[in-house]
Amino acid sequence: MSQSLRDVIQQAEKIILGKPRQIRLALTCLLARGHLLIEDMPGVGKTTLAHVLSHTLGLQFQRIQFTSDLLPADILGVSVYQRDSGKFEFHPGPIFAQMILADEINRATPKAQSALLEAMEEQQVTIEGKTRALPSPFFVIATQNPAHQVGTFPLPESQLDRFLMRIQMGYPDAQAERGLLSGVDRREIVAQLSPQMESSELLALQKRVREVFVSPALLDYVQAILRQTRESARYTHGLSPRAGLALLSAARAWALLDERDAVLPEDVQAVLPGVVSHRLQAVGEYSKQNSDVLVRELVEAVAIP
Amino acid sequence: MSKHLTYGLLLSILMVIAPHAEHLPLWVSSLCLGLLLWRAYLAYSGGHDTLLAKRADCGNGRPVSPPAPEGSAPPCRSDDPLPKRWLLMLITFAGIGGIAVNFRTLFGREVGVTLLMLLAALKLMELRKPRDAMALIYLACFIIITNFFYSQSIPTALYMLAALMVIVTTWVHLQAQNIALKPRLRIAAVLLLQALPLTLILFILFPRVQGPLWGLPQDAYASSGLDDKMSPGSLSRLSLSDAVAFRVSYNGKPPPRNQMYWRGPVLWEFDGRTWTPGRTALTVAPQFTDLGQQTDYIVTLEPHNKTWLFALEMPDKLSVQATLTYDFQLMRKEPVNARLRYAARSNLGYRANLQEATRQLQRGLQIPGQFNPRAQQLAAEWRANSANDDAVVRTALSYFNQQGFQYTLEPPLLGVHSVDDFLFGSKQGFCEYYASSFVFLMRAANVPARVVTGYLGGEFNDVGNYYIVRQSDAHAWAEVWLKNQGWVRVDPTGAIAPARLESGLSAAISNTSALPFMARNPPQWMRDLRLNWDALANQWNQWVLGYDTERQFAFLTRLGMESVTWQKLALNMASGLGVVIALFALFMLRHLIKRQPDKVQAAWLKLCRKLAKAGLPRAAHEGALDYAARIAAVRPELADAFHDLATRYSALRYGADRDEQARHEFLLRAGALKI
Repeated sequence: MSQSLRDVIQQAEKIILGKPRQIRLALTCLLARGHLLIEDMPGVGKTTLAHVLSHTLGLQFQRIQFTSDLLPADILGVSVYQRDSGKFEFHPGPIFAQMILADEINRATPKAQSALLEAMEEQQVTIEGKTRALPSPFFVIATQNPAHQVGTFPLPESQLDRFLMRIQMGYPDAQAERGLLSGVDRREIVAQLSPQMESSELLALQKRVREVFVSPALLDYVQAILRQTRESARYTHGLSPRAGLALLSAARAWALLDERDAVLPEDVQAVLPGVVSHRLQAVGEYSKQNSDVLVRELVEAVAIP
Repeated sequence: MSKHLTYGLLLSILMVIAPHAEHLPLWVSSLCLGLLLWRAYLAYSGGHDTLLAKRADCGNGRPVSPPAPEGSAPPCRSDDPLPKRWLLMLITFAGIGGIAVNFRTLFGREVGVTLLMLLAALKLMELRKPRDAMALIYLACFIIITNFFYSQSIPTALYMLAALMVIVTTWVHLQAQNIALKPRLRIAAVLLLQALPLTLILFILFPRVQGPLWGLPQDAYASSGLDDKMSPGSLSRLSLSDAVAFRVSYNGKPPPRNQMYWRGPVLWEFDGRTWTPGRTALTVAPQFTDLGQQTDYIVTLEPHNKTWLFALEMPDKLSVQATLTYDFQLMRKEPVNARLRYAARSNLGYRANLQEATRQLQRGLQIPGQFNPRAQQLAAEWRANSANDDAVVRTALSYFNQQGFQYTLEPPLLGVHSVDDFLFGSKQGFCEYYASSFVFLMRAANVPARVVTGYLGGEFNDVGNYYIVRQSDAHAWAEVWLKNQGWVRVDPTGAIAPARLESGLSAAISNTSALPFMARNPPQWMRDLRLNWDALANQWNQWVLGYDTERQFAFLTRLGMESVTWQKLALNMASGLGVVIALFALFMLRHLIKRQPDKVQAAWLKLCRKLAKAGLPRAAHEGALDYAARIAAVRPELADAFHDLATRYSALRYGADRDEQARHEFLLRAGALKI
């Protein structure tokens, strides 16, 4: 792993106290060229995480606050008539940035949501008949409040599938919270952060992720997991092949972060909750269980070949 | 979908009961057909698919849809289109009563089959649950067996195979409703093909039990064949039948055609119209002298429900148990009611009973005096004009030859004095007319004589290299007893129609339209076809139907099994079946068989087992590094060494590197770790 990547992690850990795992998962998602969905209560540091990552990685950053009256044009941009030139001129929306923080995505209407989600999928947007490429790397961190809160439009399953991972921040532990409470204002520190990486370096890392070796034995394991979700009576439906691909690329990125050139079953297990918890739906009695428990049961049900 | 399942079941039942229609009472056949049509109509008109609905709604499987709200009637009861239970009961008991009246019993094979047909058709009327369909499928399979009571020919077997295919396809349909017809047929075909080796093993090795257990009842066979009574017209009627009497294959050169006299019942007593064997207490063994022209052959006799066997005159050795009577008939204790294969040796040249008991000679002279006065008078003239018995015989033959007698299958009817009417009136007759009147004349002329019936000649099948002897080859001839010559065969037919002896019936008869097809001269291609078919049927008889204990043992000995016993057979059969089933199982479960772990993995698993013994088992889902971390927490002294091993193992198993050195190093270290 490059020194710069290590620095990124170090810096992030200094600000987001007690959440090294979430930081690593977020980075994994970024390296695997996926998008990240963070789901938790307001005020547990979702936005801060996005801020920290964009600053330390040296990415252009845009924040879109999703509200119920947000329109697609507010995200994508709009053409405005210029009186002096007599022409329409396109004013790009906030989507034209390397890192987007889509805050509280489930507060917006499905129409606005889908404008973002399509951009995520295609890495380009089509406005007024003209296709415009989005910058590269392009990374979306969406945050969402738990679905049962009032005034939300929960993302449908097909949209959830666009996110490589979904993670939860969780409350910090006592020691971390103490540090948080006694320390300096987070916003000040974030403002002082210096970029640790060029975007070209990030692209090179993303390329390296794809070169991480996957052995037949590991593919057996991944397939066994997929099979288990399809054969078990616990889930409404099994994981799709796309979920399998997502699992593999996330595991590759995790292995790279762990400074290894081959994927181990441990890597798969590490990214499994993030990758599958929003894609698996439990049946009947199991649906009341925490999704973490469900994924843990899945891990325990599959022997490593 | 389920409608089609019902159609499948209907077709299965129809196919297996259709051949029975021939011998069921007409009203039972009609009732069954009516029930089938009724059921087909119900399936056709009822849009509601009964079978599947039961499965989903009546709690017979996993509920797919949420249970219907309270108050709505369960759908399985309300719109059931099948007839009510009481109606079915009524039909059932009426049917059983009808059968009981019809057959005057409720026991026996015929009645059993009839009942089975009726109940199978009735079972279709209560086809509601998959269980009913299953019962019907088993029933159809069982009915297949009953068909073999009536016919065991190749076409029957092929037809039953087709029926089995339909049944199995329907069964596959029942098990998996969402498979289309084509793949269903393929699955069924594969299942049947897989059953083939098992069938073969069972067929070849299953111990055959001789005796009543496997013997079919007498009425299993239509018994049209040579009788031990002969009256005018009985043989010409028999000659109209194409049926095979027996097949013969000669070891070596076959004898000339006019020597192929297959001896059957010998008839002594004449009542003016009918010849019968008569009764005698005599049990003297026959004596043959001056034997010559030995011929060996194998006969496969079709069941004829009579006790006698056929052999060329005169038989010497026989491979089956039978007695040679005083008048040279081969008799068995039991009627031949199954196809019988025997090897025999005959001497075509012989002198028979040069010494004959006086009582026998007396029997050979008896005639009913009140009949046929003109014939008796003619015989007396001959007697007076002849020097010896030999001359009388010659006179009689030349009489037949010169007085314008005709050999025909359709002779005019004869009166009370049948011999007179024939000799001096119609002068037209078939072989039994000539044999009968010749023997009558001989007896009247005081020459001991008797009638012999049997077959003459046969058709050579060059495909299978054997002779087919049909009922149309039935023949009657005479034997006279001459001093110093014993019993001598005299065939008066030869004096009128020598062609009958030389080349067969069709050559001897001018108007062949009355003859059975095969006795005429059909076109060559048709003849070839028939001969090929008969050769095939012969193989089928010999190897499939005729595969009895004896053949089984001979076959297995030839395969190299020494001293075949039935324990050995059972053992071989069990192991053979086991091997075949195991092979199929292996083939089908091949993806479940774990690949052999390689050395590195084996060493790792061994290490894990060691640690498990030390109280630290690895969970099946636990990765090597996670395991090492857990071990390190509990057994710090192992931490470094084990972590090193776990890292190496992970790299070797999941890494891109296939470095032999590293593998070797890992194996060494894994072996050296002390726990």
